[in-house]
Amino acid sequence: MKTKFDNISRRRTLGMLGVGVVAAATALPARFAIGGKAKVRIGTLLPYSGTYTRLGQSITNAMELAFAQAGGKLGGRAIELIKIDSEAKPPKAADLTNKLIGREKVDFIVGPVHSGVAMGMAKIAREEGTMMIVPNAGANQVTGPFCAPNIFRTSFSNWQPGHPMGKVLLDEGKKNVVLCYWAYGAGKQSAQGFKDGFVPHGGNVIKEIGIPFPKVEFQSALTEIASIKPDAVYVFFAGGGAVKFVKDWAAAGLKGKIELVGPGFLTEGVTKAQGAAAEGIRTTLHYADTLDYPANVTFRAAYRKAYGKGADVYGVQGFDAGQLIRAGLEAVGGDTGAKADMIKAMEGASIDSPRGKWTMSSAHNPVQNFYLREVKNGVNEVVKLAMENLSDPAKGCTM
Amino acid sequence: MDWLFLLIQTLNGIQYGLLLFLIASGLTLVFGIMGIINLAHGSFYMIGAYLAFSFTQMTGNLFTAILLGIPVTLVLGYGVERVFMIHLYKRDHLHQVLLTFGLILIFNELQLMIWGGDPNGVPIPDVLSGSLPISDTLSYPVYRIFLSVVCLVLAGSMALVIRHTRVGMRVRAGAANRAMAESLGVNMRSLSAIVFSVGVTLAGVAGMLAAPVETVYPGMGEQILIISFVVVVIGGIGSIKGAFVGAVAIGLVDVYGQVYLPEIASVAVYGLMAAVLLWRPSGLFGRT
Repeated sequence: MKTKFDNISRRRTLGMLGVGVVAAATALPARFAIGGKAKVRIGTLLPYSGTYTRLGQSITNAMELAFAQAGGKLGGRAIELIKIDSEAKPPKAADLTNKLIGREKVDFIVGPVHSGVAMGMAKIAREEGTMMIVPNAGANQVTGPFCAPNIFRTSFSNWQPGHPMGKVLLDEGKKNVVLCYWAYGAGKQSAQGFKDGFVPHGGNVIKEIGIPFPKVEFQSALTEIASIKPDAVYVFFAGGGAVKFVKDWAAAGLKGKIELVGPGFLTEGVTKAQGAAAEGIRTTLHYADTLDYPANVTFRAAYRKAYGKGADVYGVQGFDAGQLIRAGLEAVGGDTGAKADMIKAMEGASIDSPRGKWTMSSAHNPVQNFYLREVKNGVNEVVKLAMENLSDPAKGCTM
Repeated sequence: MDWLFLLIQTLNGIQYGLLLFLIASGLTLVFGIMGIINLAHGSFYMIGAYLAFSFTQMTGNLFTAILLGIPVTLVLGYGVERVFMIHLYKRDHLHQVLLTFGLILIFNELQLMIWGGDPNGVPIPDVLSGSLPISDTLSYPVYRIFLSVVCLVLAGSMALVIRHTRVGMRVRAGAANRAMAESLGVNMRSLSAIVFSVGVTLAGVAGMLAAPVETVYPGMGEQILIISFVVVVIGGIGSIKGAFVGAVAIGLVDVYGQVYLPEIASVAVYGLMAAVLLWRPSGLFGRT
């Protein structure tokens, strides 16, 4: 263990030296001369292999689309992407982040998808001061206790997507709810977000069933839910777990008797695998493929033209990461050395996103709309705006 | 907590245990009886599930898909045995660990290249798609009951073959002392090939049968690998009866843990394993 830490600290020192050199170079009076020619270096630390491959690809594709729409130049400078596979493995986060910042000397680091990786990255980005844009990972901490002037998020906090569902249920008179979720970081934070929007307004959480992550055997939980007979069940599962829960729910005969709701990940990108079992399930999320904003229609058409397949919510988050970087760089004419001005511009940016216009909260998390969606013929159709301009409480952020 | 609730949860536990036995059956044969460590067991399970997915899409019927999938997994198992495993029987277990771990990485990449990263589902065949109502809100899917029956049949026939047939006797002899069995005229090379291929096929068939109740997605093999080893270790190396009892015990502990002690649900199964190993270091029905 000891040698490992020694090793990291040596790397860090080297990394800091590297950053120092870059800082010195950009601080020279000739910085415009240099900045005008050199490419802006943007490093991505995203999963390009393993379970989250598709998410990493969507984010990268859409971000490149945003750069292409800006004419391939931001603030007058061309862009160079350095892509590194995060493998969605938290133990590798620190080394890979140091590699991007220290050796590759990137101006921006975009990533990750996985919340565990985000923690490792954010810790280093805070110390080094490198601009970091999180295009997916929802860990509350990133814009909570770990928040920093140079860290921005273009996706959501785990607290956010489930929060509006409490109001939706209460408005329909559904007051008795059971929660069922993977009992790890994201699941617990999502459940808390729901409760914060439900319990203070008269909602009653009868029972919380935590399932060890990433277990997918739900039969005993379903038996328990059937015996309690609540008005609705709020669940947090994603990917393979979401597919299985929704199918098991229908197979256990609960579909149509008890309402099943959750944050959008329950039915996002998985309705084909869920089949008929997904029909009618309602979720809340900051995006839906079918949103009829002009920005969404043009984005989806452009994405399909460029990549030959449909865009998804992860693509939207990557697209907005690109737009945010663009806003920052254009405000300072491509001078990455003017970090304070760049941060100010990014904080004040109003992003015209496919998900609708949004702004940055003081903790650098999107203040955005959340939509109630319902699965119809395998598509998440927008039912209505569930909550407008919802901001994360950013607990623990002292910025 | 009324009695009906307890009864249903007990059934859930038994049913989950039977599913675990089905999933672990291939490993029971290869690791439990033959003593070969096969970390790629989960990969063969995953390949089975993906074959079921593809063949069901082509033919529209899960049972046809399984009939098509069995020869594929059999050939795959035979190939892996002839090309790789054959060099390792006389070597240290660590070499088998290294090789089969490498196979996991290769199969995972192949899976991504062939089928991509999206989660997929396999529809339950129409004849088995119904549910039996148990209470006013809960019903039990027929397909799960079907799976339990398949598993009971499988467990019975495995025990029968291993304990009461000549092939089974030779397999046991080979596992106990390979050199001695060979000198007595048992062709261990072909026997090993057969057993390994059957083990891989069992893993594949488990994947195919479980596909409609599980999700078919990248990495699904790793999910079941650890629990499969736990089943074999609790039951005791070399015992099919042990693996069966072990699987059902795990199912019950898991379900009761989830219901009555949710705080420790994630470790309940491993607690059971630790307790069993403290009490009987070679497993419930293991050779001592």
